[in-house]
Amino acid sequence: MLVNQIAVFLENRKGRMAALSDALSKEKINLIELFIADTTEFGIVRMITDDNPRALKVLKENGFTVTSNNLIGVEVADVPGGLASILSAFDENGIDIEYLYSFSRKEAGKAFILVKVADNDAALKALAKYNVKPLGKF
Amino acid sequence: MKYFNRAAETMPRSELHALQSERLKALVKRVYENVQHYRAKMDAVKLKPSDIKSIDDLHKLPYTTKADLRANYPFGLFAVPKRDIVRIHASSGTTGKLTVVGYTQNDIRDWAEGCARALVMAGMDENSVVHVSYGYGLFTGGLGAHYGAELLGATAVPVSAGNTPRQLMLLKDFGADCICCTPSYAIYLAEELAKAGISKSELNLKAGLFGAEPWSEAMRKQIEAGFGIKAYDIYGLSEICGPGVGAECVTQSGTHIAEDMYYPEIVDTDTLEPLGYNKKGEIVFTTLTKEGIPLIRYRTRDITSLDDGVCACGRTHVRMARIEGRSDDMLIIRGVNVFPSQIETVLLSAGDAIGPHYRIVVDRADNLDTIEIQVELTEKAFGDTVKSIEKIKARLAGDMQSHLSVSAKITIMEPNSIPRSEGKAVRIIDNRKY
Repeated sequence: MLVNQIAVFLENRKGRMAALSDALSKEKINLIELFIADTTEFGIVRMITDDNPRALKVLKENGFTVTSNNLIGVEVADVPGGLASILSAFDENGIDIEYLYSFSRKEAGKAFILVKVADNDAALKALAKYNVKPLGKF
Repeated sequence: MKYFNRAAETMPRSELHALQSERLKALVKRVYENVQHYRAKMDAVKLKPSDIKSIDDLHKLPYTTKADLRANYPFGLFAVPKRDIVRIHASSGTTGKLTVVGYTQNDIRDWAEGCARALVMAGMDENSVVHVSYGYGLFTGGLGAHYGAELLGATAVPVSAGNTPRQLMLLKDFGADCICCTPSYAIYLAEELAKAGISKSELNLKAGLFGAEPWSEAMRKQIEAGFGIKAYDIYGLSEICGPGVGAECVTQSGTHIAEDMYYPEIVDTDTLEPLGYNKKGEIVFTTLTKEGIPLIRYRTRDITSLDDGVCACGRTHVRMARIEGRSDDMLIIRGVNVFPSQIETVLLSAGDAIGPHYRIVVDRADNLDTIEIQVELTEKAFGDTVKSIEKIKARLAGDMQSHLSVSAKITIMEPNSIPRSEGKAVRIIDNRKY
């Protein structure tokens, strides 16, 4: 299934990350997950909130450079080999991964994997052949 | 050897005045007959070549600017048929086009003479080894110093710019007496010399000719201490010929302008009225002997003053003070002329990947000039991957390198992060200290 994500461009400048979380907090928007891809000069914050459309609007109003896009989301058992089983499915079907990240809910024994690919439709079609569990509720 | 050309360099000023007058009259006649641009400009102010009776009439003639060179790009201001042009050089223009100059065989010889005089002023002679670390190519630095060394009968070592370890090795192995490069590179080289564990006594260096960028007494002291040499200024600009328009003598008390070939005036930058000696203004040159592309009252944009006081070295030519700045926004980065308008042209070509606001930050790190161009990313161009931004950066950096001939660091910033100003935008921050 597709999972909506927000990406924010941040310069590596003191206080930028705090300003971002502040803007969301003021609007009572909760973060479900957040990852940062960083370089020496800038970072890209990737996050999922409990209300992405509103988060997008709030961040724009606060002057952040924002975009939103859909990732492939799958759910695996939180056991060794969970990620490997998914990656081999991508590999066998020649689907290049631009980036991925995962997070787990220990208490539920679940792990969630979010994958950025160039062509979501092709990836979904390929994954349909496997017994892959689409991502359920976080 | 005290002078390369004793007669010219020590000519009594009354004789010099007569020589300059003769040369100016011939020049004005030549350009009026051969260059449409000058004829039109003189006709517009109802001036005939016969109205110019001596060098004192020079002020009647209109100025020539870089814009005139651009309007006549590439060869429109040449005063001789193409078959007589034996060399082309070029420097940065204010936009995409270069400023182009052409030399006849005589021009190359006169140019070499200016550089040979400079080398002799720095104590060199036909036994000297001259290490040339200026770039060779369209830039005039390398070939100018090279031909000067050859005309003097010295040994030219055309190392060109870059590859510092090799520079140090050759300075030592070939026993260079003189080095020619930009003053900031000289400071860098001196530091690398110390780092490489080469002592000053292992070198045979006695002097250096430094130019192509403004420098200071503090830099002179640093270079002299670092190499154990005498550091002399050599001045020039490609429009006039290249290096050797003027040079410092052993007294290090100002840059003697080769007045028999290049007539200098100091003018007020606002009124453009000539100011006379010992007054600060823009230096303007008229090329008295040049054939290929003679320039009349060419505005250099360099701010300085002229001193006609007697010099202890015996030369009668006026001495120019250190360049204090520019009357335009040109930047000199590692000896390369860079105009903000060139940068703007490249940024415009990036389309909507970046916003219209930008800032240029010039600094000096480890004695080398750095230039950073800050631009704002647009929302439209923002993908969610690092590579989408790195791609914009790499493209801009590549375009800057090819347009400016100097590498620039591109910094991609968030929208609205570059300070806006209500009046004239402050786009250039020069943190260099001279």
